[in-house]
Order: sequence, then C-alpha cells, then structure tokens
Amino acid sequence: MAEGTRLAVIGAGPAGLAAALAAAARGVHVTVIDSGAEAGGQFYRQPAEGLGARRPQALHHQWRTWERLRDGLGAHIASGRVVHLTEHHVWFVETDLNGFTVHALLGPEQEEPAEVHADAVLLATGGYEKVLPFPGWTLPGVVTAGGAQAMLKGGLVLPGRTAVVAGTGPLLLPVATGLAAAGAEVAALVESADPKAFVRQGGTFAAYPAKIAEGAQYAAELLRHRVKTLVHHTVVEAHGGDRLSAVTIAALDADGRVRPGTERRIPCDTLAVGHGMLPHTDLAEALGCRIDGLGVHVDDEQRTDVPGVWAAGETTGIGGAALSLAEGHIAGRSIAARLSGAEPDPRGWAAAARTRTKLRKFFAAVDGAYAPPAHWTELITDDTVVCRCEEVTGGAIREAVGELGAGDVRTVKLLTRAGMGWCQGRVCGPAVAGLAGCELTPSRRPFARPVPLGVLARAGESEEP
Amino acid sequence: MSSRTPLELADARPGPAFTVTLDGREIEALPGQTVAAALWAAGVTSWRTTRGEGRPRGVFCGIGVCFDCLVTVNGRPNQRACLLPLNPGDAIRTQEGTGHDG
Ligand SMILES: Cc1cc2nc3c(=O)[nH]c(=O)nc-3n(C[C@H](O)[C@H](O)[C@H](O)COP(=O)(O)OP(=O)(O)OC[C@H]3O[C@@H](n4cnc5c(N)ncnc54)[C@H](O)[C@@H]3O)c2cc1C
Ligand code: FES
Repeated sequence: MAEGTRLAVIGAGPAGLAAALAAAARGVHVTVIDSGAEAGGQFYRQPAEGLGARRPQALHHQWRTWERLRDGLGAHIASGRVVHLTEHHVWFVETDLNGFTVHALLGPEQEEPAEVHADAVLLATGGYEKVLPFPGWTLPGVVTAGGAQAMLKGGLVLPGRTAVVAGTGPLLLPVATGLAAAGAEVAALVESADPKAFVRQGGTFAAYPAKIAEGAQYAAELLRHRVKTLVHHTVVEAHGGDRLSAVTIAALDADGRVRPGTERRIPCDTLAVGHGMLPHTDLAEALGCRIDGLGVHVDDEQRTDVPGVWAAGETTGIGGAALSLAEGHIAGRSIAARLSGAEPDPRGWAAAARTRTKLRKFFAAVDGAYAPPAHWTELITDDTVVCRCEEVTGGAIREAVGELGAGDVRTVKLLTRAGMGWCQGRVCGPAVAGLAGCELTPSRRPFARPVPLGVLARAGESEEP
Repeated sequence: MSSRTPLELADARPGPAFTVTLDGREIEALPGQTVAAALWAAGVTSWRTTRGEGRPRGVFCGIGVCFDCLVTVNGRPNQRACLLPLNPGDAIRTQEGTGHDG
C-alpha cells in the first residue's frame, strides 16, 4: 500500500519504536535515527554491549514490553523494512520540495555529517530532567536523578556508596530502588510533595489500578532495601569541598517554606536530584511546529500542525513510557495510512487511544500532586550558581530583575549571560524564569545540537545540481 | 540482597579490561564504558574546572544535555564524557576552563 514511502523516526525510545513497528508493519520504509548506541531511549536504556550483561532486566521494569519492541525491531531490520541509525545526533530537520532532509552528526564527537531523506517525520525525542538550584548543587557527586539512572543502566556504575535521592516526581522511585538494588546505600528518599495533594487527587489516582500496583511495587522495594522516605521535605543545601560530603534536608510547612529548626544533616557522597521533566522540543520549534505550554502540540492522530510532521511520547508532554508507547503506536498507524493517501480509521487504534486518554488524565493529576516547594526560589542565595555553564549567580539574576527591570528569561539572559553557555539554557531555564517571576516558555534555539561551522557551511551542498 | 555491585546485579561478563590514562595515571576501563563511567568506576567524580571560578565539575545530567562533564581526550578538548566511549590507550586529561588554555 504505502510501498516506497519513507518515514524518518527521530528517537528510539518507547514512542519512536512503537511508531516504527506500527508503520513498518503497514508497508512504510522506516529509518530510525537516534543518538544512542543502542535502541531503548531513557526508559529502556541498555547496558553497553561490551559489558556483556546477562541479566540487564535486573535494572528494569516491564522487561517483556522491551523484548517485544526489541524483537519487532530486529525482525523489521532483518527484512529490510527498518534501518536503525545509531549514534546519529540530529541537529536540524529541513523541509524541501521532496519532503524532509534530516541532518545529523555522527558519533560521540559529532563532527561527521549525515543526511536522511523522508516523506514524513516523527519526532520522538523524549525529554530531559528539570532541576531547580540550591546552594551546593554544582558539587561533583550531585547528579540528576535520571542521570544517575542512565549511568547505572548504561554503564553499570554508581557515583558513590551512600546516596540521597531528592526532589519531586515519580522518577525518584525507580531511581532510589535502582541505586539500592545495585549496592548503594540509599540514606533517604526526600520528596517535597505534600501527601495531602495526593488525597485531594484521590479519585483520579484510584481510577488507575495498574498505576497503583506499580506504586505499591516501588513501595515494597523501598521497604525491602530499608530506604527511609520523607515526604514534604526538601534539600536545603549540599555540602562539600571538591565533592559532596553531606546534604541538609528540612521539613516544609503548609505554605511550602522550610520549617525552621527541622534542618537535619545527612552524610552522603551522592545526591540524585530532580524536579520533574521537560519535553525536548528544539527540532519541533525549528520546524515551526506549534508548542502548547511546554510540549509539541498534536491532534488525535499525533500530527503536529506542520504537514508531514508527527510527534509522540514525551516531546508532546511528560507522561511516562506507557503513554509514549500508545502515542507512538497511533502515530505509526496514522502515518502509514496518510502516506498511502488514505484517511486513517481511528477504530484501528481504539485501544491505544483509550490508554492515551486515561494516562494523560492520570499524569495531569500526577503533575498537580507532585510539586517542588512553593517557595523554592527562597533557597537560592545570592551566591548560589544558577546558570551552571556561565556561572551566573542568584544575586546577579536578582539584580537584573530587581534593579535593571528584566521581566523575562530573554532579557535576563542578555543582561547576565544566564542561558548563553553550552547547554543553551536547558538546565537554568526554569530557575531563571522562577527568579524573574515569569512562566517558563520554550526558547527558540536555531539548532538542537551545537554544530561545527564547517558542517553548517557544507549543509545543503548535496542539494545543488 | 546485601552489598553488591551493578556489574553483579546485571550478571555482566565484560570483555577484558584495558588501560587508559587520566592525567598520566593508569586506570582500568571496561569495553563499552564511556569516559564518565570508567572514571566513576575508578572513584573519580570530577574532571574539569570551570572557566570563571575554577570550580570542579563532573557528570550532572548523564545524557548529553548539560555539558558539565566536558573533558579533554587524546588532545581534543570539550568532549562530553557521558557520551564518549573509551578505547584502549586513550589519554584523558582533566580540563581547565575552555580546554584551550594550555
Ligand atoms: C535520564 C532519564 C532517565 C529516565 N529513567 C527512567 C526510568 O528509569 N524509569 C522511568 O519510568 N522513567 C524514566 N525516565 C522517563 C522517560 O523519559 C520516559 O518514561 C520514557 O522513556 C519516554 O519515552 P519517549 O519515547 O518519549 O522518549 P525517550 O525514551 O527519552 O527517547 C527519546 C530518544 O530520542 C533520542 N534523541 C533525542 N533528541 C535527539 C536528537 N536530536 N538526535 C538523535 N536522537 C535524539 C534520545 O537519545 C532517546 O533515545 C527517564 C528520563 C530521563 C531523562
Ligand atoms: S553529564 Fe550532562 S552532558 Fe554529560
């Protein structure tokens, strides 16, 4: 049917893989492009092959689903229907008369360019972690919660012996249990959300038995590893010289302020900290796709408002692996139909659509229940580094806001250089917005990756006659 | 369930370890490990100092987003240690500032 049509899937996580399988099964030629050496994305991150892991599932949840995705991908690669390009970092997607050209840089050094031509593109680039600053958060030994998990799943290493896992959100649970199972002593799991918020959302949560079972499983694992969980607490400060040696945590009051006198110091050499996730939207922004809030806007078929461009998974909003799978599946089926010139029949993906509706609702409730301390900006002292790349302090940002009148992230950036460094504000963006008292908005970056000038100069040359 | 290592948990049988150097000092790395993973395994958590304040940094995001883990490998500065796999004989240098200073 769709014989001869080409789809480029960017991202080999749950969303991208589900879409690739659904489209390939319906006759589309799919190229899956991912910066990683193995398929899997964040949730199904695999140990490097050379490590010879015989029981990688010990670090994972829902391994059966991964086996289905992996075997499906393998079968389609064998039949020539799917090509998987690993270690390809996509920095730009170009639209032209013939469809799309996906521009990537090869390998970890990211200098060698590569191009993929396609009739349709699926953005399945997932998300990255949000971390709000506090004194000491730049010390070696302080890592993002997902980063600790990624290093563990991919490299089979731990950052230290004694860890505190802190912040807010559902990701802290697999991270704490993962670190503990791998031999770290997890001294505490510190969650800033207030249990009362969960009670208020009780009805919504109770409607999802599978999620409750998942939560209970994590609770049992935490208990088994004797991990103490403190709710409505926060990390106030990380201490150390050249590396982390302790953290101070404290209880929060009803307003979300540190309750004086409750501070407690916990010796540790690792702090895994995260305050939720942000969608990766740079490729979508550069393509001109509409962004809704912080995620890529999609319709019921997972189409963006740019013809030929679909998006699925956490790039459209944070909601975990199961939601990413459902969205990817729908996108893949929609793409296969549309590329063959047919109107897709949504009845074909009714089950996935039901899952999608349920899980989006569930994660909206999760989002309401998990929250950083309401007054988190008060923890940022004037000499706390806020922009890690350019070493811009809280004091400098407050000065830009208070004395110089900056009221948005862009003006703060121009006045202080916050967000102008290597990471282009991906890390400090939420903190700068918080200090400036404005909402975080996606910042339009020209490219998704730093690009060597030589590559830029040569890009598009091959298009010329 | 007492103290075990990630390698034991995943029942890993890596290929033979090889030697790389960190500022001239020999350390062992396993096939497939990134610069960051090998350094963590060797107990090293910081391998650069910042341009402004000269503060130590190592892995932060672990997935290539934050650029905190920049390091010089085989004379090439500003490589992301969390993404770059090691090869036998690689020379890792702690990086000062932009890595172009000295
Ligand atoms: C570091 C980290 C660890 C996590 N660990 C867990 C966990 O253990 N348990 C859990 O429940 N949830 C975890 N999550 C949440 C996780 O994001 C989701 O559950 C799920 O993986 C989302 O699926 P996805 O397909 O949307 O995106 P992802 O799984 O994030 O996949 C996106 C893929 O796109 C690739 N990509 C992105 N941009 C580009 C580009 N420009 N060029 C080429 N490739 C690109 C990435 O390399 C990645 O492989 C983690 C998140 C992060 C950030
Ligand atoms: S640790 Fe963030 S880029 Fe390597």
